[in-house]
Amino acid sequence: MSAEFDQKIHTTLADANLQLAIYTATGRLKEKRVESVAPGILPDYQELRTQANAIKQHSIENLDHYLEEFERNVEARRGKVVYCKDATEVADFVLGLAKERRARLVVKSKSMTTEEVDLNERLEHHGLESVETDLGEYILQLAHERPYHIVAPALHKTRYDVAEIFTRTLHVPNEIVIEKQTAIARRVLREKFLAADIGISGANFLVADSGAVVIVENEGNARLTTTAPKIHIAVAGIEKVIPRAQDLATFLKLLARSATGQLLSVYTSFLAGPRRPGEIDGPDEFYVVLLDNGRTKLLPDRTKRQSLYCIRCGACLNTCPVYRKIGGHSFPWVYSGPIGAIITPQFMGVAHEPSLPFASSLCGACGEVCPVKIDIPKILLELRSDVKKSETREKQNRIEKLAFRAFAFLMTHPRLYELAGRMGAAMAPSDGGSWIRNLPAPMNIGPVRAWLSQRDLPPPPAKSFREMWRRR
Amino acid sequence: MSRDNILHRIRTAIGRSAGQAVADPPPVRLHIPEADMESRIASMIVRIEALAGKAYRADTGKNACATVAAAIAGKTAVASNAPYLAECGITALPGVRSGITDRDELRQVCAAADIGITSADYALADTGSLVMLSSPQEARLVSLLPPAHIAVVPRERILTGLDELFTVLPNPAIQTSSMVLITGPSRTADIEQILVRGVHGPGQITVIMV
Amino acid sequence: MGKRVSLFVTCIVDQLFPKVGMAMAGVLERLGYQVDFPENQTCCGQPAFNSGYRGEARLVARHFLDTFESCETIVVPSGSCTAMVTHHFAELFAKDQAALARVHALEKRVWEFATFLTEVAGVEDVGARLEEVVTFHDGCHGLRELGIRDAPRRLLACVRGLELREIEPAEECCGFGGTFAVKFAELSGAMARTKIEAIERTGARTVVSLDPSCLMQIQGALLRAGSSVRTMHLAEVLASR
Repeated sequence: MSAEFDQKIHTTLADANLQLAIYTATGRLKEKRVESVAPGILPDYQELRTQANAIKQHSIENLDHYLEEFERNVEARRGKVVYCKDATEVADFVLGLAKERRARLVVKSKSMTTEEVDLNERLEHHGLESVETDLGEYILQLAHERPYHIVAPALHKTRYDVAEIFTRTLHVPNEIVIEKQTAIARRVLREKFLAADIGISGANFLVADSGAVVIVENEGNARLTTTAPKIHIAVAGIEKVIPRAQDLATFLKLLARSATGQLLSVYTSFLAGPRRPGEIDGPDEFYVVLLDNGRTKLLPDRTKRQSLYCIRCGACLNTCPVYRKIGGHSFPWVYSGPIGAIITPQFMGVAHEPSLPFASSLCGACGEVCPVKIDIPKILLELRSDVKKSETREKQNRIEKLAFRAFAFLMTHPRLYELAGRMGAAMAPSDGGSWIRNLPAPMNIGPVRAWLSQRDLPPPPAKSFREMWRRR
Repeated sequence: MSRDNILHRIRTAIGRSAGQAVADPPPVRLHIPEADMESRIASMIVRIEALAGKAYRADTGKNACATVAAAIAGKTAVASNAPYLAECGITALPGVRSGITDRDELRQVCAAADIGITSADYALADTGSLVMLSSPQEARLVSLLPPAHIAVVPRERILTGLDELFTVLPNPAIQTSSMVLITGPSRTADIEQILVRGVHGPGQITVIMV
Repeated sequence: MGKRVSLFVTCIVDQLFPKVGMAMAGVLERLGYQVDFPENQTCCGQPAFNSGYRGEARLVARHFLDTFESCETIVVPSGSCTAMVTHHFAELFAKDQAALARVHALEKRVWEFATFLTEVAGVEDVGARLEEVVTFHDGCHGLRELGIRDAPRRLLACVRGLELREIEPAEECCGFGGTFAVKFAELSGAMARTKIEAIERTGARTVVSLDPSCLMQIQGALLRAGSSVRTMHLAEVLASR
């Protein structure tokens, strides 16, 4: 495990306030999801999941076809599609367009995809002001932090943190009432919306047969981002394409429920090109950036490509007992929780943080709540195997590898296995919970010590089962 | 240019060639429940009120107009160009600006108005949603910039839900550049999970079903 | 003599909780089964599989196949080890058609203990008596991979003198996770502490599970916390009279 990962986990576990904040917030989201998909409310929930999974599988298996269809339909409605392979290409495109149109101010609505490519930083580096407008994202931008959670980005911030951030960066009087803090953000951001030259959004879905971008949100900032400025740029991963507008009936029923327990999010925008003749408002220019940024690396493997089905609802985070302890910032990249644990190694390479796929008790809660039925535990297991195959011959890995070779040898030689068990038991005095501390030093190390750092170990029985069985 | 490169990488990875035919996608899954108008209206009211919106029924356009007039009560309002609002007499109410066709003017008026008044192309009974298609009759900002939104909807536009909407409009892009579903007032829970309404869009929503 | 069943007691029960195996055998015999214990058995290979060592896991899995192939019905006192055989062996041998055929032939005959009782033996009341307030911990693999939820509860409901109180939240992991428990010891410990707090809130004096590995984690955390709540395997409860 990298020291950084270990340290972040330790720091988060040691922070009692943060522990309470994470556990409460995820607990509430988790409960609301359960209520909203209960059989009495949504009787066909499981059928919807099956349908969503089938549509995603079909879309990914024919990805090139649907991207081209999407592109044709966007362009038929005077929009433009721009394929970008990485962060640099996205930034170059936006900066180039901004320069041509003499744009100075960008407003942004929430998008994990733009987080992936550090778009704000790249734009600001070239003198283009870029303002996050989702309340949580705005707070984090002011605090220079990345999102803590896919749908609740500022989950770790209290009203007191927000008061401090606003006072320091916006030079407003100290304000700890949440309604008033929200009003401050509304006021400041309203001016930005009305002055902005470009609006950059993400996309929840790209609809191939319509050439439309679908954006789901609660605050209204995405509507403003895509309506007020004269230019709208949607940045989306290539995997977001679905075949038909009619498929939205399936996905929309699942997305908000899985994310926040709402039947539908407050605003669902289905945007197909710039405003048309006669339409009074809406952007004059409409661009869709289709981002690869490593996604094509996930495609060859049939099991692991399921990771691209994700609709970013965050349900797996809320239900994950690991996320609920270590929070979002312990994870090594922008995506956290179970979905982060499977996509980060695939986007960044397993060597980026080799222990990430191991940071799971494999309880399977994530797979159970995933609205598109991604088999997250199975992918974690495959990634663990990938990590072991790719590992270099450093000392710690060699010891572990030897240990598992020895394990396999013992477990395929029953007599040796029995002998080893008897030796282990013979070395242990049966004096209750503290027996292990009296062990000779060589045994009180490594896994045993790690176990004992947190829990007791039951004393080994005088006889193994097989001995008892023989003598009964 | 990354386009061809990315498409090529995709095809190589999934084992397809350019232009290769595609098997049919899974059949569309749309089930429209039986629900008479009374139960649709009742569901609209339950859903909207559950979201802290207000929902009224009006027998006639004139009654709807009176409800709107009472809500305006001296405040300023901007109304969309939906013919139905004019039919009900709402555009003629004192304090209501309407008939705007210029983008900049509309933006200024909406930014200053207390209330935005629209009709809706459809409503969805099972979620309490309004469906707004952008058109010369319905601009986007009227339901977005003012702190309060009132929608006046003829009852025959109330559909059962998403499945019926996408049956009626299998491809909304043919009609409009923008279809927005509005389900309750603008809200956030980004600070400590405390629900606050009216963060960027309207904090109050009123739906009058005629 | 009744039908024959073979025990796969799992390595953890063999080495650490032999009484669980004896209790399971006792319950089965009381129901009229002729119980045998194939002596060559060791482990299902899950520790290696979950740690990414598929080659090693395959060796152990093959040993399991060799050992149990001739058995008609195999009963296991663990949801997790059962799931390894019935759900993950096939993954291990995906590219080995011959072995895969053997796996598929075997996996239908491998039963988790509680499910065996309710579905195969068709009993809920095994005649047990235990004057105790208990709570039940769902092991994650049993719950989510095998879908075991009602079987143990139905069995417990028939135990005379026993009162069952549910853990809230019931379905959250205890934090064991095999090598996870030592690779991420601090995190695993924190998960265990959250679990035992939930267990103590029920007021139960005993926590019951059908997975010995979860019980080892929970027992270890309870002992460390100085709690008076004790742990019992479902088989031990059902063997009580």
